Amino acid sequence: MSIALPVKLSHKALFMGFFQAGIFGFGGVLPIARRMVVDERRWLSQAEFNELFSLCQSLPGANVVNFSVAFGARHQGLTGASAALAGLLMAPMAIVMVLVGLYGRYGGLPPVRHMLAGLAAAAAGLMLGSGLKISVPVFAAPRNIGVAALVAALVLLMHFSLPLTMLLALPLALFLAWRVTL
Amino acid sequence: MNPLLQLALLFGKLSLLAVGGANATVPEIARQVVSIRHWVAPAQFAQLYALANAAPGPNVMIATVIGAHVAGVPGGIIATLAMILPSCTVAVLVSRSFERHKAARWRRVAQAALLPITAGLILSAAAVLIRQSDSSILTLCITFVCAWLSWRTPLHPLWLLGGGAMLGMLFL
Repeated sequence: MSIALPVKLSHKALFMGFFQAGIFGFGGVLPIARRMVVDERRWLSQAEFNELFSLCQSLPGANVVNFSVAFGARHQGLTGASAALAGLLMAPMAIVMVLVGLYGRYGGLPPVRHMLAGLAAAAAGLMLGSGLKISVPVFAAPRNIGVAALVAALVLLMHFSLPLTMLLALPLALFLAWRVTL
Repeated sequence: MNPLLQLALLFGKLSLLAVGGANATVPEIARQVVSIRHWVAPAQFAQLYALANAAPGPNVMIATVIGAHVAGVPGGIIATLAMILPSCTVAVLVSRSFERHKAARWRRVAQAALLPITAGLILSAAAVLIRQSDSSILTLCITFVCAWLSWRTPLHPLWLLGGGAMLGMLFL
């Protein structure tokens, strides 16, 4: 296991590190970010990375974005958080906005349209795949199947908004989790 | 109302509801921009989501693509900032106080409670995208083969997206 260096990282280092993770993060930034932080730059040990990342996962918001901000803030406070965040998002945002511009202009042409239909079908499949990855271990406990089914019914059948769905499902989920984590 | 302001309010409201990541908000984004505001057609939504997926960057890029499609570059920037700033503020505040009470019970309870909610939301997001994108037997096959491969094999998602795009171009 690598040993983390106890240094205070500069704004530039934070920006460049997360810039690299953002621009190479195809199909999920987590594996790239982990390799950058733990293996290549040795900013954190694997255990430290796991600890901070699992905290970020349990908070609302995009996990890797939360991670970059929490990590940047640890080193340089608010400006460090901004440097890490800007590094992570700048290139991907520019790239997707160019893609959306091209989509608006050429998305209707027949070969492009067919390609996009296939791409969208594949992306829907990836979402189903990640749904299965999350669900199958969680569904070992029957109460979790109940909560997930309630959420899906409220969203898909009742067309409830996300705030309302959370308002209804969260108290039940918290109550059930509270009882088993005594 | 000004579309930029609408985007800011919409994504700002979703920021703190993104439990387990930005993908959990996909059903609500679709409901708002497709069903309620009619900014985007259903098939377009699935394609924009796919573009965000095929490009590098975190899942939160879904906010960027919707914002940019609705209101150009300013829309993309406003939607992204609205989606991340509230949750980032929470992440910084909590990660600072975290070291003092690591194993607090509330955190284990919250984690255990949020997992099945996340599962329900991601499966709902998949259902929404499948309904929007699958118009033929071939697209359905692409979807289910990709789902199975991404679930059971370590194959990189870019291969699946590239394969889907290729099959679409050749056979649709």
